[in-house]
Amino acid sequence: MASHSVGAALPSEEPRQASTSVFAEPAWVRLLLIVVGVGFLGVVVILPVALVFEQAFALGAGFYLDAIRDPDTVSALRLTLTVAAIVVPLNAIFGVAAAWAITKFDFRGKSILITLIDLPLAVSPVVAGLIYVLIFGAQGYIGPWMREHDIRVIFALPGIALATTFVTFPLVARSLIPVMQDVGREYEEAAVSLGASGWRTFWSVTLPQAKWGLLYGIILCNARAMGEFGAVAVVSGKITGKTDTLPLRVEKLDKAFDTTSAFAVASMLVALAVVTLVLKVIVEWRTSDHESGPGSPAREHV
Amino acid sequence: MSALLRPADARQRPALRQRVFGRRRVLPGSGLSLGFTLFYLSLVVLIPLGGLFWKSTELGWADFLRIAGSERARAAYALTFSASFAAALINGVFGLVLAWVLVRYRFPGRRLLDALVDFPLALPTAVAGLAYTALYVPQGWIGRYFDLLGIQVSYSRLGVVVVLTFISLPFMVRTVQPVLLALEREVEEAAASLGAGRWATVRRVILPALLPAWSTGLAMAFARAIGEYGSVIFIAGNLPRKTEIAPLLIVFQLEEFNYAGATAIAVVLLLASFFTVGVINLLSRRQQRYG
Repeated sequence: MASHSVGAALPSEEPRQASTSVFAEPAWVRLLLIVVGVGFLGVVVILPVALVFEQAFALGAGFYLDAIRDPDTVSALRLTLTVAAIVVPLNAIFGVAAAWAITKFDFRGKSILITLIDLPLAVSPVVAGLIYVLIFGAQGYIGPWMREHDIRVIFALPGIALATTFVTFPLVARSLIPVMQDVGREYEEAAVSLGASGWRTFWSVTLPQAKWGLLYGIILCNARAMGEFGAVAVVSGKITGKTDTLPLRVEKLDKAFDTTSAFAVASMLVALAVVTLVLKVIVEWRTSDHESGPGSPAREHV
Repeated sequence: MSALLRPADARQRPALRQRVFGRRRVLPGSGLSLGFTLFYLSLVVLIPLGGLFWKSTELGWADFLRIAGSERARAAYALTFSASFAAALINGVFGLVLAWVLVRYRFPGRRLLDALVDFPLALPTAVAGLAYTALYVPQGWIGRYFDLLGIQVSYSRLGVVVVLTFISLPFMVRTVQPVLLALEREVEEAAASLGAGRWATVRRVILPALLPAWSTGLAMAFARAIGEYGSVIFIAGNLPRKTEIAPLLIVFQLEEFNYAGATAIAVVLLLASFFTVGVINLLSRRQQRYG
């Protein structure tokens, strides 16, 4: 299938065809494609976002402020921030360790390790929640033991944090690995051979080169941690004012037919997504800015 | 368990360390970083996932098939897989056009639109579900036009496809984009100078070169869509045998504290995901070889 993909790149005996332009599409085709492509993005991405804000303010700014200041919503916000504060550092540390091991050393089974790290992205969030219920739930492997010792994981913060950790597991590692791969090992090897310690090498050589990749991974991990729904829905128990996160709060308000409040809370999450994207653009802009420096990802490396 | 023990062993026995890493190793921290990686990976991902498969063996074949193969479950798989595939295909057409437009043409707002492609990755799925449902109800901004045609979108299977299209959009665009960017203009110019018209060049030169990335993108979009839960439950209506997706069925089983039933369906879903990941790996390996 793929063997002819590039093999056919040079057709030797192509029948001659009359055409207005040989190197580019005619202007009307170009315009049509732009309209189709941009229109698709507009309908799929821009309209829903616009709708969230329109609906959130449908009953006026006063109602909006009341909705987001509701004590149960504030407690959901607090829990969401707490979970992110636990999960993001954990996955960031893991991401750095995994990226260091994978990009700076050669070992057997490396591609298997990469596949395993990516695995959580392919697992349904509901399954991600389920696996922790099977371990820590009331009928789980160690659930009864934990209940005896009064340790609560499921329907409590630890379970929510664990499920969220699983779902956002590879995000930092994934954005860090390509950047550190592109930089190569020469700078670190030079630093070590000049007598720098491992930590010193990491802090003064590796980190400056990979910081934007790391930052982007952290941003994305944070957005996904705050927005996770399926995995958290399974383990949280959805106790209002206690184990509701912001996305669960959106669902609960919507189910209670308090639609405008649901959209008001949703608008906070949209704002989070917008901030995430803006930061991402800044990070990308910074990395292309430093293209001439030693830390720039090689462009031909796709 | 052996994965857990390896780093400690590696620190004490240089022979094993050498066997794992080979001889040339200038940089420090191989044992520490790989050890921590394996430890954390095992703790958070591998052991819990292993627990799921272990639990499913408690069922026995007959019970497993009875639950995982029930009529209701089969209807849920059918919806999950067909809607995911339809959404991936929609992205396969329009996402490809979008990627092409973003890479090849210059027009005002292009960079903003390019950034917006990642929006579905950053937007919480519950918000997507809420907004899409309101957009596609008969009074909604888009739903009213479908209503004129007598088509119901929200609370129907079509609604599932529509929201999955949103969820999986970035996977197609972001997989095709770099390949399109790396495609050498010289090859197209050569085709043109040999007498191929523009359409012939696109069809015979560009599209075949994109095929590996396109199929990878299709598989990734599909993989993302089959696990999706948050956005779908808002828009689907969740009627048993009609608009009920497989992940929702797991949640229902859990709510009835039927761990075994939840596990059986989860294993089916998980195997489908792993199969798709295998296909993706195969495809991207080919892409690296030829692309």
